[in-house]
Amino acid sequence: MSDVQRRNFLKTSVGVAAVAIAPGLLLFKVAHGQSDDDSKVRWGMLIDTSNCAEGCNECVKACNKENGLSGGLAPTDSQWIRKIEIKDVSTGHQFALPMMCQHCAEPPCVDVCPTGASFKRYDGIVLVDKHRCIGCRYCMMACPYKARSFVHAPLHDQNPDVPRGKGTVESCTMCVHRVDEGKQPACAEACPNKSILFGNLHDPNSEIAKKIRAVASTQVRADLNLNTGVRYQGI
Amino acid sequence: MSVPGVRLLLLLLISLCIPNVWADQALPYKIDIGRGGHCVRDPVWMRKNHMHLLIHQRDLTVREGKRDKEIDLRNCIECHASTKDDSVIARSDSFCVACHRYEAVKIDCFECHSGIRKSAWLERNAK
Repeated sequence: MSDVQRRNFLKTSVGVAAVAIAPGLLLFKVAHGQSDDDSKVRWGMLIDTSNCAEGCNECVKACNKENGLSGGLAPTDSQWIRKIEIKDVSTGHQFALPMMCQHCAEPPCVDVCPTGASFKRYDGIVLVDKHRCIGCRYCMMACPYKARSFVHAPLHDQNPDVPRGKGTVESCTMCVHRVDEGKQPACAEACPNKSILFGNLHDPNSEIAKKIRAVASTQVRADLNLNTGVRYQGI
Repeated sequence: MSVPGVRLLLLLLISLCIPNVWADQALPYKIDIGRGGHCVRDPVWMRKNHMHLLIHQRDLTVREGKRDKEIDLRNCIECHASTKDDSVIARSDSFCVACHRYEAVKIDCFECHSGIRKSAWLERNAK
């Protein structure tokens, strides 16, 4: 065997070995909800709490209508978004904000899911694959935002775009069926004060990326280092 | 082999072929195919393989956001829902129910998914 032949043989073997090993490594990476910072799209929201009116419930109503939720407030009723009113007792400063799935880059719900039903899409939207969900509700306990709900009773007449069913966990999907069509999530569209700005955080020219660069925004429970896709302004 | 033996064998072979020919055309139960027509593949192929298309497409759609207009459950229902009640599951001869009942295969799809034609659903739920 000449030196050139030998060199070519070595090159090919290294290539084959790399291909043989790579799938195992990739599987390991996908199984954990690691952040894909190289993805071109990451959908996110910036919520301006100074505009968010106390007593206004339009985003919640729009969400309920779009996704076919009953709107009930019993412990067994699904809530994908809720309005919260907060008061700083030391200063008396009072404000309202909508709270829903924060679409974390490092979602704890994905980490704890035993079946791989909780997952994060390439564009940063955290979803439940109800085909795989067994209804164990670990994700509901892991979520620091109490964003997830469990469907307790059989449902009928669901929106054809939003399949929901008994025995599975569900939460804000950022209206993934609308986003895939190029539309805004229902809550962002419904807000009368335009307090919810929706857009692509990874596109430097998008309105949301520009605003996030210009104003101070906060992640709720930033101490957990979850890198949330929903950020708040003025809290 | 004797002549009656050969005849018997031929008869047996022919009788084995008959149901295969018939299976392509007539079904042994009543089915409401709605508007019908075929857009993906021919009906015989679809009868046997529709579940593979659906299960493959559902993972692409849910997990990767790759939506295929053609192999979209909503699209199937749009054409195959009954023209009487806009549903593929409402009656025993509805498009999905008729075969699945005959074959004794339970369908889980419609515990979450709507079995109603989307255009009809929108019309009914429009304010």
